[in-house]
Amino acid sequence: MAKPHFEKSISIEASSDIVRARSEVRTIAASMGFGSADQTRLATAVSELARNIIQNAGSGVCEVTDISSTESVILHIVFQDNGPGIPDIALAMQDGYSTNGGLGAGLPGTRRLIDGFSIESRPGLTRVSITMQRESGLC
Amino acid sequence: MKIPILRLGRILLTSVQIDLSDNDVLQFQSDVVAQISEVEALGIAIDISALDVVDSYMARVLSDTAGMARMLGAEVIISGIQPFVAMTLIEMGRGLIGADCVFNLEQAVERLNERIAERGDKFSYLRD
Ligand SMILES: Nc1ncnc2c1ncn2[C@@H]1O[C@H](COP(=O)(O)OP(=O)(O)O)[C@@H](O)[C@H]1O
Ligand SMILES: [Mg+2]
Repeated sequence: MAKPHFEKSISIEASSDIVRARSEVRTIAASMGFGSADQTRLATAVSELARNIIQNAGSGVCEVTDISSTESVILHIVFQDNGPGIPDIALAMQDGYSTNGGLGAGLPGTRRLIDGFSIESRPGLTRVSITMQRESGLC
Repeated sequence: MKIPILRLGRILLTSVQIDLSDNDVLQFQSDVVAQISEVEALGIAIDISALDVVDSYMARVLSDTAGMARMLGAEVIISGIQPFVAMTLIEMGRGLIGADCVFNLEQAVERLNERIAERGDKFSYLRD
Protein backbone atom coordinates (compact mmCIF):
# COMPACT_ATOMS: atom_id res chain seq x y z
CA MET A 1 0.00 0.00 0.00
CA ALA A 2 1.27 3.46 -0.87
CA LYS A 3 2.14 5.86 1.92
CA PRO A 4 -1.05 7.47 3.23
CA HIS A 5 -1.65 11.10 2.29
CA PHE A 6 -3.01 11.93 5.66
CA GLU A 7 -3.31 10.37 9.09
CA LYS A 8 -5.06 11.55 12.19
CA SER A 9 -5.64 9.93 15.54
CA ILE A 10 -8.63 11.05 17.62
CA SER A 11 -8.83 9.81 21.18
CA ILE A 12 -12.26 8.72 22.37
CA GLU A 13 -12.43 9.13 26.12
CA ALA A 14 -15.56 11.09 26.99
CA SER A 15 -18.97 11.58 25.47
CA SER A 16 -17.87 14.99 24.17
CA ASP A 17 -15.26 13.19 22.03
CA ILE A 18 -18.11 11.62 20.04
CA VAL A 19 -19.18 15.10 18.90
CA ARG A 20 -15.57 16.10 18.19
CA ALA A 21 -14.77 12.94 16.23
CA ARG A 22 -17.80 13.16 13.98
CA SER A 23 -17.17 16.82 13.21
CA GLU A 24 -13.46 16.29 12.52
CA VAL A 25 -14.18 13.38 10.20
CA ARG A 26 -16.78 15.42 8.34
CA THR A 27 -14.19 18.16 7.78
CA ILE A 28 -11.60 15.66 6.58
CA ALA A 29 -14.13 13.97 4.25
CA ALA A 30 -15.14 17.34 2.81
CA SER A 31 -11.52 18.33 2.18
CA MET A 32 -10.94 15.03 0.38
CA GLY A 33 -13.84 15.84 -1.93
CA PHE A 34 -16.61 13.56 -0.61
CA GLY A 35 -20.07 15.02 -1.25
CA SER A 36 -22.54 16.07 1.41
CA ALA A 37 -24.39 12.74 1.45
CA ASP A 38 -21.17 10.80 2.02
CA GLN A 39 -19.97 13.33 4.61
CA THR A 40 -23.19 12.75 6.52
CA ARG A 41 -22.91 8.96 6.21
CA LEU A 42 -19.32 9.08 7.47
CA ALA A 43 -20.06 11.47 10.33
CA THR A 44 -22.98 9.28 11.40
CA ALA A 45 -20.92 6.09 11.21
CA VAL A 46 -18.19 7.73 13.32
CA SER A 47 -20.76 8.84 15.85
CA GLU A 48 -22.13 5.30 16.20
CA LEU A 49 -18.74 3.59 16.49
CA ALA A 50 -17.24 6.19 18.83
CA ARG A 51 -20.29 5.85 21.07
CA ASN A 52 -19.90 2.07 21.08
CA ILE A 53 -16.38 2.60 22.43
CA ILE A 54 -17.59 4.96 25.18
CA GLN A 55 -20.53 2.73 26.14
CA ASN A 56 -18.84 -0.65 25.98
CA ALA A 57 -15.14 -0.07 26.58
CA GLY A 58 -14.89 3.33 28.29
CA SER A 59 -12.16 4.62 26.02
CA GLY A 60 -10.34 3.96 22.79
CA VAL A 61 -9.05 5.59 19.68
CA CYS A 62 -10.27 6.49 16.21
CA GLU A 63 -7.59 6.51 13.49
CA VAL A 64 -8.44 8.30 10.28
CA THR A 65 -6.35 7.67 7.17
CA ASP A 66 -6.56 9.00 3.64
CA ILE A 67 -5.43 6.12 1.41
CA SER A 68 -6.58 7.62 -1.88
CA SER A 69 -5.00 6.41 -5.13
CA THR A 70 -4.95 8.16 -8.48
CA GLU A 71 -8.24 6.47 -9.47
CA SER A 72 -10.08 6.63 -6.16
CA VAL A 73 -10.69 8.79 -3.13
CA ILE A 74 -10.54 6.46 -0.15
CA LEU A 75 -11.05 7.22 3.52
CA HIS A 76 -10.22 4.49 6.00
CA ILE A 77 -11.14 4.74 9.67
CA VAL A 78 -10.28 2.29 12.43
CA PHE A 79 -11.93 2.29 15.86
CA GLN A 80 -9.98 0.41 18.47
CA ASP A 81 -10.52 -0.23 22.15
CA ASN A 82 -9.22 -2.51 24.90
CA GLY A 83 -12.60 -3.26 26.42
CA PRO A 84 -14.36 -6.58 27.02
CA GLY A 85 -14.80 -7.42 23.33
CA ILE A 86 -17.87 -8.65 21.47
CA PRO A 87 -18.49 -12.32 22.30
CA ASP A 88 -20.77 -13.03 19.31
CA ILE A 89 -20.13 -10.69 16.39
CA ALA A 90 -22.87 -12.18 14.17
CA LEU A 91 -25.39 -11.51 16.93
CA ALA A 92 -24.10 -7.97 17.54
CA MET A 93 -24.52 -7.25 13.82
CA GLN A 94 -28.24 -8.09 13.94
CA ASP A 95 -30.75 -5.25 13.80
CA GLY A 96 -32.17 -4.59 17.23
CA TYR A 97 -29.56 -6.51 19.22
CA SER A 98 -28.31 -4.44 22.15
CA THR A 99 -26.88 -5.31 25.54
CA ASN A 100 -27.39 -1.81 26.91
CA GLY A 101 -31.00 -0.97 26.11
CA GLY A 102 -30.06 0.81 22.88
CA LEU A 103 -31.80 0.52 19.53
CA GLY A 104 -29.24 -2.01 18.36
CA ALA A 105 -29.00 -0.09 15.10
CA GLY A 106 -25.42 1.15 15.42
CA LEU A 107 -23.37 -1.71 13.95
CA PRO A 108 -25.87 -2.94 11.32
CA GLY A 109 -26.78 0.63 10.40
CA THR A 110 -23.15 1.63 10.00
CA ARG A 111 -22.49 -1.35 7.76
CA ARG A 112 -25.28 -0.18 5.43
CA LEU A 113 -23.91 3.38 5.30
CA ILE A 114 -20.35 2.48 4.45
CA ASP A 115 -18.66 0.62 1.57
CA GLY A 116 -16.22 -1.45 3.57
CA PHE A 117 -16.89 -2.73 7.08
CA SER A 118 -15.06 -5.28 9.21
CA ILE A 119 -14.88 -6.21 12.88
CA GLU A 120 -12.40 -8.23 14.82
CA SER A 121 -12.88 -8.70 18.52
CA ARG A 122 -11.60 -10.67 21.45
CA PRO A 123 -11.46 -9.87 25.15
CA GLY A 124 -9.14 -6.87 25.48
CA LEU A 125 -9.18 -5.81 21.83
CA THR A 126 -11.98 -4.73 19.54
CA ARG A 127 -11.23 -3.21 16.17
CA VAL A 128 -13.90 -1.96 13.78
CA SER A 129 -12.69 -0.74 10.38
CA ILE A 130 -14.72 1.22 7.88
CA THR A 131 -13.87 2.43 4.38
CA MET A 132 -15.57 4.86 2.04
CA GLN A 133 -14.40 4.83 -1.56
CA ARG A 134 -15.42 6.93 -4.54
CA GLU A 135 -13.93 7.21 -8.00
CA SER A 136 -11.89 10.41 -8.30
CA GLY A 137 -13.93 13.10 -9.94
CA LEU A 138 -17.23 11.42 -9.07
CA CYS A 139 -17.53 12.55 -5.49
CA MET B 1 -25.57 23.71 26.89
CA LYS B 2 -29.19 24.70 27.40
CA ILE B 3 -31.63 24.83 24.50
CA PRO B 4 -34.20 27.58 24.90
CA ILE B 5 -37.85 26.52 24.85
CA LEU B 6 -40.18 29.36 23.82
CA ARG B 7 -43.81 29.56 24.73
CA LEU B 8 -46.51 30.63 22.31
CA GLY B 9 -49.80 30.32 24.16
CA ARG B 10 -50.10 26.62 24.94
CA ILE B 11 -47.63 25.64 22.26
CA LEU B 12 -43.90 25.28 22.88
CA LEU B 13 -41.28 25.99 20.25
CA THR B 14 -37.73 24.82 20.41
CA SER B 15 -34.89 24.84 17.95
CA VAL B 16 -31.71 22.83 18.36
CA GLN B 17 -28.99 25.13 17.04
CA ILE B 18 -25.78 23.26 17.75
CA ASP B 19 -24.46 19.72 17.65
CA LEU B 20 -25.42 18.06 20.93
CA SER B 21 -23.46 15.61 23.04
CA ASP B 22 -25.32 12.63 24.47
CA ASN B 23 -25.62 14.39 27.82
CA ASP B 24 -26.96 17.54 26.16
CA VAL B 25 -29.61 15.48 24.39
CA LEU B 26 -30.76 13.92 27.65
CA GLN B 27 -30.80 17.33 29.34
CA PHE B 28 -32.92 18.62 26.46
CA GLN B 29 -35.32 15.71 26.89
CA SER B 30 -35.88 16.42 30.57
CA ASP B 31 -36.22 20.18 29.95
CA VAL B 32 -38.87 19.53 27.30
CA VAL B 33 -40.84 17.15 29.50
CA ALA B 34 -40.62 19.47 32.52
CA GLN B 35 -41.71 22.48 30.50
CA ILE B 36 -44.64 20.67 28.87
CA SER B 37 -45.93 19.61 32.23
CA GLU B 38 -45.39 23.01 33.82
CA VAL B 39 -47.41 24.97 31.26
CA GLU B 40 -49.67 22.03 30.32
CA ALA B 41 -48.63 22.55 26.75
CA LEU B 42 -50.99 21.16 24.11
CA GLY B 43 -48.23 20.84 21.59
CA ILE B 44 -44.51 21.15 21.00
CA ALA B 45 -42.52 21.78 17.84
CA ILE B 46 -38.91 20.65 17.80
CA ASP B 47 -36.82 22.12 14.99
CA ILE B 48 -33.65 20.20 14.17
CA SER B 49 -32.67 21.97 10.94
CA ALA B 50 -29.24 22.83 12.36
CA LEU B 51 -28.38 19.18 13.11
CA ASP B 52 -26.16 17.70 10.42
CA VAL B 53 -25.83 14.34 12.18
CA VAL B 54 -28.67 12.39 13.76
CA ASP B 55 -27.42 8.96 14.73
CA SER B 56 -29.41 6.10 16.24
CA TYR B 57 -28.89 7.41 19.76
CA MET B 58 -30.18 10.88 19.01
CA ALA B 59 -33.03 9.43 16.93
CA ARG B 60 -34.00 7.29 19.86
CA VAL B 61 -33.92 10.12 22.39
CA LEU B 62 -35.99 12.30 20.05
CA SER B 63 -38.53 9.51 19.55
CA ASP B 64 -38.66 8.85 23.27
CA THR B 65 -39.13 12.56 23.94
CA ALA B 66 -42.05 12.59 21.49
CA GLY B 67 -43.55 9.58 23.26
CA MET B 68 -43.19 11.21 26.67
CA ALA B 69 -44.73 14.45 25.42
CA ARG B 70 -47.71 12.56 24.00
CA MET B 71 -48.09 10.68 27.25
CA LEU B 72 -48.40 13.99 29.07
CA GLY B 73 -51.02 15.17 26.60
CA ALA B 74 -49.05 17.23 24.09
CA GLU B 75 -48.88 16.81 20.32
CA VAL B 76 -45.36 16.67 18.85
CA ILE B 77 -44.02 17.72 15.46
CA ILE B 78 -40.38 17.63 14.39
CA SER B 79 -39.32 20.10 11.72
CA GLY B 80 -36.43 20.73 9.39
CA ILE B 81 -34.69 17.36 9.16
CA GLN B 82 -31.87 17.92 6.64
CA PRO B 83 -32.13 15.89 3.42
CA PHE B 84 -28.88 14.00 4.00
CA VAL B 85 -29.87 13.27 7.57
CA ALA B 86 -33.15 11.78 6.31
CA MET B 87 -31.24 9.68 3.75
CA THR B 88 -28.84 8.43 6.37
CA LEU B 89 -31.54 7.57 8.90
CA ILE B 90 -33.51 5.58 6.32
CA GLU B 91 -30.39 3.82 5.04
CA MET B 92 -29.44 2.83 8.59
CA GLY B 93 -32.78 1.25 9.37
CA ARG B 94 -36.46 1.92 8.96
CA GLY B 95 -38.33 4.36 11.09
CA LEU B 96 -35.69 5.47 13.56
CA ILE B 97 -37.68 8.67 14.18
CA GLY B 98 -41.12 7.97 15.60
CA ALA B 99 -42.75 11.37 15.25
CA ASP B 100 -44.45 13.37 12.50
CA CYS B 101 -42.14 15.64 10.54
CA VAL B 102 -42.62 18.80 8.47
CA PHE B 103 -40.31 21.12 6.56
CA ASN B 104 -40.09 24.10 8.89
CA LEU B 105 -41.23 25.62 12.17
CA GLU B 106 -44.02 27.59 10.57
CA GLN B 107 -45.61 24.41 9.21
CA ALA B 108 -44.99 22.74 12.53
CA VAL B 109 -47.06 25.36 14.33
CA GLU B 110 -49.80 25.08 11.69
CA ARG B 111 -49.90 21.32 12.03
CA LEU B 112 -49.94 21.52 15.83
CA ASN B 113 -52.86 23.93 15.74
CA GLU B 114 -54.76 21.59 13.39
CA ARG B 115 -54.12 18.64 15.65
CA ILE B 116 -55.12 20.52 18.75
CA ALA B 117 -58.31 21.72 17.04
CA GLU B 118 -59.10 18.15 15.94
CA ARG B 119 -58.84 16.74 19.38
CA GLY B 120 -61.19 19.39 20.72
CA ASP B 121 -58.88 21.23 23.08
CA LYS B 122 -59.73 24.48 21.33
CA PHE B 123 -61.44 25.61 24.46
CA SER B 124 -58.43 25.35 26.69
CA TYR B 125 -56.28 26.80 23.94
CA LEU B 126 -58.44 29.93 23.76
CA ARG B 127 -58.46 30.29 27.51
CA ASP B 128 -54.87 31.49 27.44
N1 LIG C 1 -16.59 -1.66 21.07
C1 LIG C 1 -17.41 -2.59 21.59
N2 LIG C 1 -16.97 -3.39 22.61
C2 LIG C 1 -17.78 -4.33 23.14
N3 LIG C 1 -19.04 -4.57 22.73
C3 LIG C 1 -19.53 -3.82 21.73
C4 LIG C 1 -18.76 -2.79 21.11
N4 LIG C 1 -19.51 -2.22 20.13
C5 LIG C 1 -20.70 -2.85 20.15
N5 LIG C 1 -20.73 -3.82 21.11
C6 LIG C 1 -21.85 -4.74 21.41
O1 LIG C 1 -22.68 -4.83 20.26
C7 LIG C 1 -24.02 -4.46 20.63
C8 LIG C 1 -24.71 -3.79 19.44
O2 LIG C 1 -24.12 -2.53 19.17
P1 LIG C 1 -24.95 -1.46 18.32
O3 LIG C 1 -25.40 -2.13 17.05
O4 LIG C 1 -24.14 -0.23 18.20
O5 LIG C 1 -26.26 -1.21 19.17
P2 LIG C 1 -26.42 -0.42 20.58
O6 LIG C 1 -25.22 0.45 20.74
O7 LIG C 1 -27.70 0.34 20.44
O8 LIG C 1 -26.49 -1.48 21.65
C9 LIG C 1 -23.86 -3.57 21.83
O9 LIG C 1 -25.04 -3.54 22.63
C10 LIG C 1 -22.70 -4.25 22.55
O10 LIG C 1 -23.13 -5.39 23.25
MG1 LIG D 1 -24.17 1.52 19.39
